[in-house]
Amino acid sequence: MGAPLPVIELLGVEKSFGAVDVLKGVDFAVEPGKVTALVGDNGAGKSTLIKGLAGIQPYDKGIVKFDGKEISIESPRLAASLGIEVVYQDLALCDNLDIVQNMFLGREEVYRGTLNESAMEKKASQTLAGLSVKTVKSVRQKVERLSGGQRQTVAIARAVLRDTKVVILDEPTAALGVAQTEQVLALVKRLADKGVAVIMISHNLVDVFAVADKIYVLYLGKMVAALDAKTTNQNDIVGYITGTKSAQMGNK
Amino acid sequence: MSTTNNTIGTGYEGNIREQISGYFLKVKSGDMGSLPAMIGLIVLAILFSIMSPVFLTSLNFANLFNQAAALIVMAMGLVFVLILAEIDLSAGVTAGVSAAMLVIGLNAELHWTLAIAIAVVSGVVIGYFIGIIVAKVGIPSFVVTLACFLAFQGLQLLIIGSGGLYRIESSEILAIQNSNLSIVQGWIFYLVSMLLLTYSGFAARRRRSRNGQPNRPITFLYVKIAVAGVLGLVLVAALNLERSSNKAFPIHGVPIVVPVVLALWVFCTFILDRTKFGRYVYALGGNPEAARRAGIQVNNVKIAVFTICSTLAAISGIISASRIGSVDASMGRTMVLSGIAAAVVGGVSLFGGKGRLSQAVIGGFVIAIIDNGLGLMGFNAGINLLITGGVLLLAASADAISRKRGNVVVR
Repeated sequence: MGAPLPVIELLGVEKSFGAVDVLKGVDFAVEPGKVTALVGDNGAGKSTLIKGLAGIQPYDKGIVKFDGKEISIESPRLAASLGIEVVYQDLALCDNLDIVQNMFLGREEVYRGTLNESAMEKKASQTLAGLSVKTVKSVRQKVERLSGGQRQTVAIARAVLRDTKVVILDEPTAALGVAQTEQVLALVKRLADKGVAVIMISHNLVDVFAVADKIYVLYLGKMVAALDAKTTNQNDIVGYITGTKSAQMGNK
Repeated sequence: MSTTNNTIGTGYEGNIREQISGYFLKVKSGDMGSLPAMIGLIVLAILFSIMSPVFLTSLNFANLFNQAAALIVMAMGLVFVLILAEIDLSAGVTAGVSAAMLVIGLNAELHWTLAIAIAVVSGVVIGYFIGIIVAKVGIPSFVVTLACFLAFQGLQLLIIGSGGLYRIESSEILAIQNSNLSIVQGWIFYLVSMLLLTYSGFAARRRRSRNGQPNRPITFLYVKIAVAGVLGLVLVAALNLERSSNKAFPIHGVPIVVPVVLALWVFCTFILDRTKFGRYVYALGGNPEAARRAGIQVNNVKIAVFTICSTLAAISGIISASRIGSVDASMGRTMVLSGIAAAVVGGVSLFGGKGRLSQAVIGGFVIAIIDNGLGLMGFNAGINLLITGGVLLLAASADAISRKRGNVVVR
C-alpha cells in the first residue's frame, strides 16, 4: 500500500544537560493513523524526547522534519500551532470546571465579547461523540465527579478538539483500573483510526501490545529498536529495555 | 464525522421532573451552593419576626438593607480572592483608607464625583500593589495582606490624625445611604430590573437554540421570573411604606444604596460568568498548573483579582462612610472579618475554585440579620459575636464536609 509519509521524523537528535548526554543521536518517525509506542526504562530519555517535540526543551542537534519539511520546534506555542498536543500524566484538568470548560480552557470561543457557551458545548459533545465516547453522561458534569478513565478521556478529547495531527500520551493508563484501561486504549485506537498520529509512552507492555502499530525502544539515550508490533513479542521488548538485547535498528 | 444523534447529554435535557431530580442528586452529592445559607436566612427571619415586634416593621426592613450594603460589597470583592484560594486581610483597612481619601477630596472642595473617583482609585492602586507583590514576588497573600493591614492602618492614622474624625458634609455622599428613591422611582426601578431579567432569560434560551443546543423546560424560566417578580414586588412595596413616626418628616422609598449594590452585583456576576477573565479566575482557583499550561497569564489574572477586591473594598468604604456620616482612623478595621464570614456563610469555599457573588449577598444578609435581630432583642454585642462566630464555624464545616463527600463519589 506504500508507507505513508511520516508526520514527524527525527534524525540524529541530540540533547544534553551540562555534562550529561540524555539523547545521543536518536532517530524516530511517527506516521499518521498509527499508534507509535515509545518504551524504555526510567532515565532512558523518553521525557526529553517528548519535551523536544512539545517545544518545551528544543533539541541541541539533529534534524526535525514535520510533514517532510525541516523545522525546529522552539516553543510550546509553535508545537500547538503545528497541531502537536501533549496529554501529560497528571492531565492538568480543573476539577471545579465542567467538561466543556476544561476542553476549551485557554481557547474559549467568544461571541460579542462574552463566552459562547452553547457553541463550545456543541463542539465538545461532537468531539466526544466523534471519538465514540459513551461513558460520559453529560458534558456539563464537573470534572471532579468523573472517574479516572473519564478524566483521561476528557484530556484526550481536549487534545483533539482542534485540527490535531499528533497526540502524545504520557502514561495514559498508569493510574487506571482494568475496565477503565480498556476504555482508554479503545479510545487511543479510535484516535489513530481518525488519522491522528498517536505517540504513546508507557511502561505497561500489555497495553503497548494492545494498541501499538510500531514500538520504539530507548535505552540510555539511544534508540535501540524500532519494531513492528506484529512481528515482535514482549520478551524481545523487555530485552531491549533492560539492555540484555543489543541494538538493531531497522526491521521496518 | 459524527452523526447528529449525540449520545452525550448537556444536563439541559429532560422534562421538569427529571430536571428537579437531577438538582436533588446534585445537592445530595454535596454541591449545595447557597442553599444552606438561604434556608438559614429564612429561618432567622421567621425567628426574629416572632421574637421581636420591631423586626418586621418597614423601618427595620429598610434599616437592614442599609446595614448590610457595605458588608455585601466588601464580601463580593473577597469572593474574587477566595475563588483563587487567596485571602485579603487588608480589605477593611483599604475601605478605611479609601474613605479617608474621600473626605480629603471633599474637604479640598472637590466635586463629590471627583472625591468618589479619588477614593475608588485609591482602592485600585492598593489592590494593584498587593497583586504585584503576591503574583510577582510570590509571598503568600496572607502575609502580604497582613502587612498591608498593619501598614494601611498607619496610613489611615497619618491621613486622619490620631483621634481625629472627619464629618461628611456632602449631601450627595450622605444620600447614598440616607436618601431614598421616590415611590414612582422605586416602581420604575422594579420594572426595569424585571424587564432586564426577563430579557436576559429569553436571550440565553435563544442563544442556545440558535446553536442547536437543548434548553431546559421553559416553565423554569417562568417560575424564576414569577418568583423574582413577587419578591421584588413585596420588597419595593414594603420599602415604599411610610416608615417615619413623625408626619412632618416622611421617610419612604427604596434606599438609593439598593440599586447601587444591585448594579455592582449584576456587573461583577457578568464578569465572572460570561467573560474569559471570569473563566480564568475559576480555572486558576481550581488548578493553577492546569491554568498555566492552558496558556493563561496566571500573574495577570491574580493582579486583576486583587485589584477588583480592593476596588470593591473602596466602594464599600464609601458606602459605610455615607452611613456613619463620618470617617475616623479606625474605620473598616474589623469589617474585613465580617466580609470573609459573609462570603463563607453564603457558601463560598475557602479551598478555592468555588464561589458566587450571590452567595456573598446572601451571606451578607445572614450576618446583618443576626446583628440586627439580636440587637433589637436587646442582646449585647458579646452574644452577637458568639452567635456569628458559631454560624461561621457551621458554614465552614459544611464546606469542608461537602468537599470530603464530593471526593468519595464514584471514582
